[in-house]
Amino acid sequence: MHNESLKSQATFPPKSTEPRPEHPPEVPLAIHDLTVAYHRKPVLWDIELNIPEGKLVGIVGPNGAGKSTLLKACLDLIPKTSGWAHIYGKPYKKARHLVAYVPQRESVDWDFPVSALDVVAMGAYRRLGWFRRVTKEESAKALHCLEQVGIDHLADRQISQLSGGQQQRVFLARALMQDAELYLMDEPFAAVDAATEEAIVALLRKLSDQGKTCLVVHHDLATVTTYFDWLVLLNMRVVADGPAETTFTRENLQKTYGGKLNLLEKAAEALRHTIN
Amino acid sequence: MPPFQDILEVILLQNYNTRLVVLSTTMLGIAAGLIGSFLLLRKRSLMGDALSHATLPGVAIAFAVMVSLGGTGKSLPGLLLGATLSGVAGILTMLLIRNTTRLRDDVAMGFVLSVFFGVGVASLQMVQSLPGASAAGLESFIYGKTASMVQSDFLLIAIVAGVASLISLALLKEFLLLCFDDAYASAQGWPTLALDILLLGLVTAVTVIGLQSVGLILVIAFLITPATAARFWTQRLLPMLLLSAVIGGISGWLGASISALTPNLPAGAVIVLVAATLFLISMLFAPERGVFPRIFRHARLRKKVDRQHFLRAAYEVLESTADGEKVANVPFDLSRLLDKRTWTPHQLKQILRTARREDHIESTGPGKILLSEPGFGEAARVTRNHRLWETYLINYADIAPSHVDRDADLVEHILGAELVHELEKYLDDPHLSPPVPPSPHPLADA
Repeated sequence: MHNESLKSQATFPPKSTEPRPEHPPEVPLAIHDLTVAYHRKPVLWDIELNIPEGKLVGIVGPNGAGKSTLLKACLDLIPKTSGWAHIYGKPYKKARHLVAYVPQRESVDWDFPVSALDVVAMGAYRRLGWFRRVTKEESAKALHCLEQVGIDHLADRQISQLSGGQQQRVFLARALMQDAELYLMDEPFAAVDAATEEAIVALLRKLSDQGKTCLVVHHDLATVTTYFDWLVLLNMRVVADGPAETTFTRENLQKTYGGKLNLLEKAAEALRHTIN
Repeated sequence: MPPFQDILEVILLQNYNTRLVVLSTTMLGIAAGLIGSFLLLRKRSLMGDALSHATLPGVAIAFAVMVSLGGTGKSLPGLLLGATLSGVAGILTMLLIRNTTRLRDDVAMGFVLSVFFGVGVASLQMVQSLPGASAAGLESFIYGKTASMVQSDFLLIAIVAGVASLISLALLKEFLLLCFDDAYASAQGWPTLALDILLLGLVTAVTVIGLQSVGLILVIAFLITPATAARFWTQRLLPMLLLSAVIGGISGWLGASISALTPNLPAGAVIVLVAATLFLISMLFAPERGVFPRIFRHARLRKKVDRQHFLRAAYEVLESTADGEKVANVPFDLSRLLDKRTWTPHQLKQILRTARREDHIESTGPGKILLSEPGFGEAARVTRNHRLWETYLINYADIAPSHVDRDADLVEHILGAELVHELEKYLDDPHLSPPVPPSPHPLADA
């Protein structure tokens, strides 16, 4: 009797690292039962997501909703309290080469003795491996990536002498350098000029035309439906996810932003804006 | 003041007594310059300070252990091993405080620094009263001393400094990524924790071999000062590293030499003072980021702006004189210039003096002014350039700012002949867009 109960404990629950049927391996990013806690306080609860391939996905939610945390947890930058996130059916550790990360621009000190090209070349470091210096071919490729974001003429500029928008483009070029399938971007549109915003949107479209998947943390509700074709509304848990047109509804926004009246008004205004 | 012959002998490493000491501090300086650069860029300077102070208890305890084992207790490798162990213990304590409590980093570092140093001073006093051993000279680990050195000690220091330098250069790319963007490095799969530990290990190595000559209080300055000085000269990592190594090497070489010549001066203090002098020179005069070149650049820019404003104002006065006809170079009243800009008469006088020196002004009668031929041509060119830029900004506001360079001699070089041709059409045809009014003007009226 006692033995039997032990046995059943060993087989149940099933190993949580096995992909479940509802998370097929061809999905660029599948998240199951993900909970993340800082200092015993959960910031993300029971996240359950399947991000479809080739989609431009916006992650939208109020401040402190855990948007950045969600990206970081997928990248193993912070420990998961429970659950897993799989990239094309594999844990992140085995799928790093498929993923490019664009951190928030403020996360680094830009008064650093490197040029724009040096930063972009960092995207090739993993490919190069230990000790090997950046090769001529990788440098040429880095310049090409800068060209794709429209600032190849600034390649030799020290990075503190770039404008905020240009710095953001450098970060995007560094991600392009990785030749990834899945791009995780943390607020690439934060505090950039209109020209940069346009360039980033064009780049995102191009990537998704090539079948790449982009997950973008986004703040501006007014542009959500024009930029993205898939949405994840997040406020510590997933409020709603799906195609942008059907997900971006007044009801869902109210659930996401709740009693934050000021924000809700903004959301309603944005909604009117997109309907008209 | 020692005789010149002695000075030469020491500086040129001809004196056998000091050769090993000076060579070892030079190599130490090179290693400190390289590794200090990464420490600085990783923003861990204070941690290096706590680390060096935490080495003192190890020195005292190693001495006591060696005495109890029957030695004199003065073996340098033994003392340095003790220093390393207690330095590592200091770092671990720091990490323990940081990770188990909610105390901030600086609190943990300050705590480790003062407590370990206190324990070190106290235990140094205690080992001095150990029977059968003289601990005299151990205090030199606090302030540094260029005592004569046996060859094996020199080899130890030289090898550690050399290996540490080579590791830091071999891992240039990895350390660069760690210092610039550690989250990205982790996401790419680099073992950032191991790299951080390795970097701190290198700092520990340099600190420990610097204990004897520089002393534990000042060794942090030896790590940080050359790197900070080098940063003023360059915006690139590799030049910064090499320059920092050179500055560190020179500081070690000169500092140890001076200290050897004047026995009452502690070596650590002299070395750090040499480094600080080089730092001061860099801070004031380095062309890239120095204070004076920056002031100079700003003054030159102001002068350039003044010159352009003068020429444009003069041209606009001539335009209004011509009243729709072809603009001709004729004398006009100085007062009309004053109406154009917010110049005081004194400022205008200075601007005119410069203009005369540059041959932009032909002659000035009482209250009158006439541009020279080259001055008139320059005025026409400056005015045209400014207007082209302004038209460009108005018509291409969305993409313009990163391209605009009002000082550029030729707009064509930046925008291309085709676009300039297009802009000129705007300028010449009042139907396409309203003409750019005389400057300065509120944009809304344009």
